[in-house]
Amino acid sequence: MGGLLATAATPADLMAARLQMAVSLGWHIVLACLGVGMPALAVFAEWRGHRTGDEAYVRLARRWAKAMGVLFAVGAVSGTILSFEMGVLWPGLMATYGQVLGLPFALEGFAFFIEAIFLGIYLYAWDRLPPRLHMLTGLPLCVAGVASAFFVVCANAWMNQPRGFDLVGGRVTRVRPWAAMFNPATPLQTIHMILAAFMVAGFGVAGVYAVGMLRGRRERYHRIGLLLPFTVAAITAPVQIVVGDSLARFLAHGQPAKLAAIEGLNHTGSHIGLSIGGLYIDGQMRYAIRIPDGLSLLVGYRPSTVVQGLDRVPVADRAPVNPVHLGFQAMVAIGTGLFLLGAWLGVAWWRRRDLPRSRWFLRLTAVSGVAAVIALETGWVTTEVGRQPWIVWQHQRTADAVNPAPGLWVGLVVVLAVYVVLTVAIGYVLNLLRTQQITAPQEGWAEVYPP
Amino acid sequence: MTAAQWLLILSWAGLTLYALLGGADFGGGFWDALAGGARRGLAQRRLIEHSVGPVWEANHVWLIFVIVMFWTCFPGVFASVASTLYIPLTLVALGIIARGAAFAFRKASTELWQLRLFGGGFALSSVLTPFFLGTVAGGVASGRVPYGLAKGDLVGSWWNPTSILAGVLAVGTTAYLAAAFLTADARRGGQIQLADAFRRRGLGTAVVTGIIALGGIFILRSDAPALYAGLTGRALPIVVLSALAGLGSMALLIARRYGLTRITAALAVAAVLWGWAIAQYPVMLPPHVTVSDAAATPAVLHATLATVIVGMVLLVPSLLWLFTLFQRTPQPAQPNNGPAVTP
Repeated sequence: MGGLLATAATPADLMAARLQMAVSLGWHIVLACLGVGMPALAVFAEWRGHRTGDEAYVRLARRWAKAMGVLFAVGAVSGTILSFEMGVLWPGLMATYGQVLGLPFALEGFAFFIEAIFLGIYLYAWDRLPPRLHMLTGLPLCVAGVASAFFVVCANAWMNQPRGFDLVGGRVTRVRPWAAMFNPATPLQTIHMILAAFMVAGFGVAGVYAVGMLRGRRERYHRIGLLLPFTVAAITAPVQIVVGDSLARFLAHGQPAKLAAIEGLNHTGSHIGLSIGGLYIDGQMRYAIRIPDGLSLLVGYRPSTVVQGLDRVPVADRAPVNPVHLGFQAMVAIGTGLFLLGAWLGVAWWRRRDLPRSRWFLRLTAVSGVAAVIALETGWVTTEVGRQPWIVWQHQRTADAVNPAPGLWVGLVVVLAVYVVLTVAIGYVLNLLRTQQITAPQEGWAEVYPP
Repeated sequence: MTAAQWLLILSWAGLTLYALLGGADFGGGFWDALAGGARRGLAQRRLIEHSVGPVWEANHVWLIFVIVMFWTCFPGVFASVASTLYIPLTLVALGIIARGAAFAFRKASTELWQLRLFGGGFALSSVLTPFFLGTVAGGVASGRVPYGLAKGDLVGSWWNPTSILAGVLAVGTTAYLAAAFLTADARRGGQIQLADAFRRRGLGTAVVTGIIALGGIFILRSDAPALYAGLTGRALPIVVLSALAGLGSMALLIARRYGLTRITAALAVAAVLWGWAIAQYPVMLPPHVTVSDAAATPAVLHATLATVIVGMVLLVPSLLWLFTLFQRTPQPAQPNNGPAVTP
């Protein structure tokens, strides 16, 4: 049963494999977030439209359902690529640990099944089911989307906090799949991701209507199109800050090397300051604004809290500081900004029951979706690059998991080309949908051309 | 029976459902490619769009189910197959993404040039993807994927007589299944001419695929003797069943019994997959890695089995509802019910 240990791939092939995974995962994650968040928006709009007879809600529900049809299809297939890549790029991981992290993926498979089935029903049975029943078919879609995100992130959390197995001579024994799935990183990481999905979907959809309002289209359809998703995202934003803060504090004892990389902290000690901005150059954090005792206070609520630095991590086991540090900084900055943007609407609504008068509110909302996606991606870079050089934290190096076959860089080039084309095409098609006349979601070209 | 055997049976059942349901969706793309010019092919493409649209994503999930089952329950086998066959599997992955995206994009398009562009992408990837999936199956079935990370020939493992035979058979099978399924869909929609057109296509692909399969026996005898021995030995009854079901569905097509044709056509294809499995059992990969060697630890197998059983309780009624919902009611003849509202 030997032969499952990888012989070393070339550094170029390892880098190609990492980039290919990063591109395909970083691409899928945006669609996955929209797939988790958008059904709730569409079902809610449909319900309001049905209850109140307000035509604006009905039109928004149809519009969002149609966009969801495109986004979900591309999300489904781009997610499939990832399950291929788990084996094609990282067979060393799957051969040794596939059985340990398999359970959440099996559960995710069923959640995804339910999602795909009810998406088909929700989109195509718009005119075949009574309205009330049709709305009900949206509920499994919403629940299964959130469940999928939960299960997938359980597996990622396991890579950060591997549990539920024993290693005997390099072989995995006594696997406890439920303990692996519910590892210490699971609760906070999964909540953080699910909240991020609602922020991306909420700000992303609201941004589209903010652009419309900036172009002078201020009727009810556009106002609701902005307000409904924006409200969801704005309520999520402060909760996300609390969860994110807890997650960072979890790192202080759960994954101290990652926190040290996030802060570019060299020396273990107490009274550690918080570095804002800055670059890690020649082994030193430079040009950062320092808040005295800040990190110690955030981690343990008192200046004397000891925070572990990179000096406790062997040189070969350190993550690259700059991407992790800058990624974290960007995520926190954008998250805070989005929270403030939401608070702005909250204050205006409390005072005058209306949107803020300033055009700057619309301008910022117009870019809030892109900003939320950037926060999502930089957060993902923080957690993934921050785990390096490990693929399974302190158990398996990424270099030992990669496919030893030569030529992986060719795959990277082809995959990059495909994703560039796909990105252009999906942007083009979404823009088509934005300007098209609104029809029921099951209708397409086949109804446009008469028999 | 052990938990590993049960899970292998469930995985193979998942693979069979993917081949039948997902395969028919790929076949829809095959016929979409051959439907002819924009005007002449409109009715066919519309039928394909309506038949494939609501169900293809659910059908596609069977593939993910199979992948996840294998990597959880037989992790070493999954890693060996994925690492040695990474070239065709990458092509399959790209084909899957191109097919799904192009189909969704075409649905959202209205201009002729957009329909042609996305329709072309959908059709081309619908033919290439099953071909490369077939080459993967051929590589494993002919014993060219040894146990171990990237231990097999990176090109020869999937570019060989058995793989190419399996790839061509996969394309032929998807086309045949789609024709058989679309015939009934067309008649239920009241489109008798279209039903007749797909009936002819079904008969044609049945003959062509059958001849390739017969010729393939000789390829297997020289190229994959172990598989040949298994197929003509222990698995012979299943192979005979497949041939009979194939002939039976041709007879049913001729007699215009389209509902029954679906069952026999599916049986003919399923029997090929199960024949392969029975011919090869219990060896999963050469040299001698068997099901019990490759299986994950018992705790994992039991947890997965419990998950699958509970999952099926949710899944089966949902799937049945999906299929009956879109099979029961006829395709709307005038689908523009409800006024279109302008933005």
